[in-house]
Amino acid sequence: MKRFFLVIFTVVAVFFITACSNKNQGGNDSGKQVLNVFNWGEYIGFDPVTINGVTYDNVIDAFEKIYNVKVNYETFDSNEAMYTKLIAGDARYDVIIPSDYMIERLIKQDRLNKIDFSLIPNYSLISQDIVNKLDEEYPDIEMNDYVVPYFYGTVGIVYDKTKVTKTVDSWSILWDEDYKKKIFMYDSQRDSLMVALKLLGYSMNTHDLDELQQAKEKLIEQKPLVYAYVGDSVDQQMIDGEAYLAVVYSGDAAYIMYNNPNMSFAIPKEGTNFWIDSMVIPKTSQNVELAHKFINFMISPEIARANTEYVMYTTPVEQVFNEVIEEDWANNYAYNPTIIDVFGGNIQTEVFRDPGDFIKEYDKIWSEVLSPERNYIVPIVIGGVVIIGLVAYLVLKKRKNRVY
Amino acid sequence: MNRTIKALLYPYVVWIAMMIVVPFFLIFFYSITQSRPDSPAIFRFTLQHYREFFKTENINILSKSVILAVETTILCLVLGYPAAWIISKTNVNIQNMILLLFILPMWINMLLRTYAWQVILSRTGLLYTDTAVVIGMVYNFIPFMVLPIYTAITKIDKSLIEAANDLGASSKEAFLKVVFPLSMPGVITGIVMVFLPAVSAFAIPRLLGGGQYVLIGNLIEKQFYLLNNWNFGSAVSVILMILILISMRFMRKSGEISGRGGAILW
Repeated sequence: MKRFFLVIFTVVAVFFITACSNKNQGGNDSGKQVLNVFNWGEYIGFDPVTINGVTYDNVIDAFEKIYNVKVNYETFDSNEAMYTKLIAGDARYDVIIPSDYMIERLIKQDRLNKIDFSLIPNYSLISQDIVNKLDEEYPDIEMNDYVVPYFYGTVGIVYDKTKVTKTVDSWSILWDEDYKKKIFMYDSQRDSLMVALKLLGYSMNTHDLDELQQAKEKLIEQKPLVYAYVGDSVDQQMIDGEAYLAVVYSGDAAYIMYNNPNMSFAIPKEGTNFWIDSMVIPKTSQNVELAHKFINFMISPEIARANTEYVMYTTPVEQVFNEVIEEDWANNYAYNPTIIDVFGGNIQTEVFRDPGDFIKEYDKIWSEVLSPERNYIVPIVIGGVVIIGLVAYLVLKKRKNRVY
Repeated sequence: MNRTIKALLYPYVVWIAMMIVVPFFLIFFYSITQSRPDSPAIFRFTLQHYREFFKTENINILSKSVILAVETTILCLVLGYPAAWIISKTNVNIQNMILLLFILPMWINMLLRTYAWQVILSRTGLLYTDTAVVIGMVYNFIPFMVLPIYTAITKIDKSLIEAANDLGASSKEAFLKVVFPLSMPGVITGIVMVFLPAVSAFAIPRLLGGGQYVLIGNLIEKQFYLLNNWNFGSAVSVILMILILISMRFMRKSGEISGRGGAILW
């Protein structure tokens, strides 16, 4: 028995020692400092980048080599998934890049460090329009004290102009019977509810249960027309021309249009979502100084250019934006928000606000949209199977008792 | 000697305790408590998550999952039984070859195979329908049906079939009265091993079903991954586990009765 406990003790001890050493992410890896970055998937430059005459494999590689550090790079596919991981695990991230409304929640819950702008000399390169926008839209929290903008954009409809002959200027085209099973929607509750709420003329931050109810009915009405509710895969599927219409973020639209010239982009007249994704430093960060260096590095002109050219989302670094617009994508309607006059107010845009506890109502509405239709055949079939099973059971039992 | 063998068992016992028993109790604990979302340490006991489950939408989700799993299981059985029967009839060398062909695709990651189906089905216009989900699940789970049935059939004593023939049974009668009842343990195992992963699948329905509706597996995944509602997610998991236990118990009973003398692989 003694030996038994010894074995158990050894195994448990080994388990805990390994567990603890994994937890120590901020620690040394052959003497190098470690930076833990948590970003959206496909949201950083992966092409080779040249800085001061030296070529690096990609943006992360450049940062690692120039600063002689190690970067642990992890990705998420939605703000909500990021939030769950951030608060549930004990993973310590140094830099996260979520969207505005999620940053609002993190600030309200006191989970973020303020940025020390003396360590971010490149901050002056950020477009003043974006900084002002954050101040205007989030007047109750000092958002600009906590964030350095990374990418921004809108949400609109990307469509195949060889297949869609009607004018695409309203969300209502997504309810058009002619395009049945040729429509992609996002599998994301806030984006999909935004489409329905805007179509109905309501705010996408509504706290009115009746308006949400109407949005739900609208989305259920649309369900038979939708080909699929998808995530990031929509890029490739639209490039392949699998559907005619898709709700996408502007950066994805720019990428799709770049790779498939048949595609076009439209911002519906009912208005849409304007969003800004920013870099923030959580309170749990183990290396705040290095985090600042990373943020400063990400908005330096060469790197910002490498990032925006790779992922094709709009950069807030003004000088890079102007260069890119001039050289490459002057007419890429999705990349260039100045064409559609987002800041001039010709397009009605709204930013997402964190609904606080009211998010439960949004969760509920969305899960009702995605719940399968009521189906009476199902209980009947299940009942039938159970009865047949029981009969078979009884018959077999009887046979067992029979004497041959 | 005996002691050494026993000592070899300890790591496994520890493994089981840490990876199965403890997590199970954690899930059960989560399912009957409600904690504050920001501080899991503060909690109270409640049955609200179980009550919440019995809402129409969740029952619809459950019945949709069960019906897809039943369809998958029936198709696997209809396709798998003859396959197993034919394999068991062939020459031993060819048998091993065919079995290898059945197992070979399982060496490739399930997600990769499902992505391949996405491409195939999109060409036929079936992608993002119920049919696509069922095809994907049948493709993925059919080895779990064929292998146990094959094992059960090969274990049947040939002299029993010869005896049946000698006593005047036609080959059809011999199959129905001797081979089929004796292969029942394999069938039961096959049904259990296909039904269980099919009812809780979430990756295949999402990739091939296009997220048109939530199934029970997606519902659980979402609670943990997106909504940060571990308590409700745990309650749904416990309910699913109870349903599976009940159906397994039931199947095992009928397996024991019909499959006298046959070995139960499960």
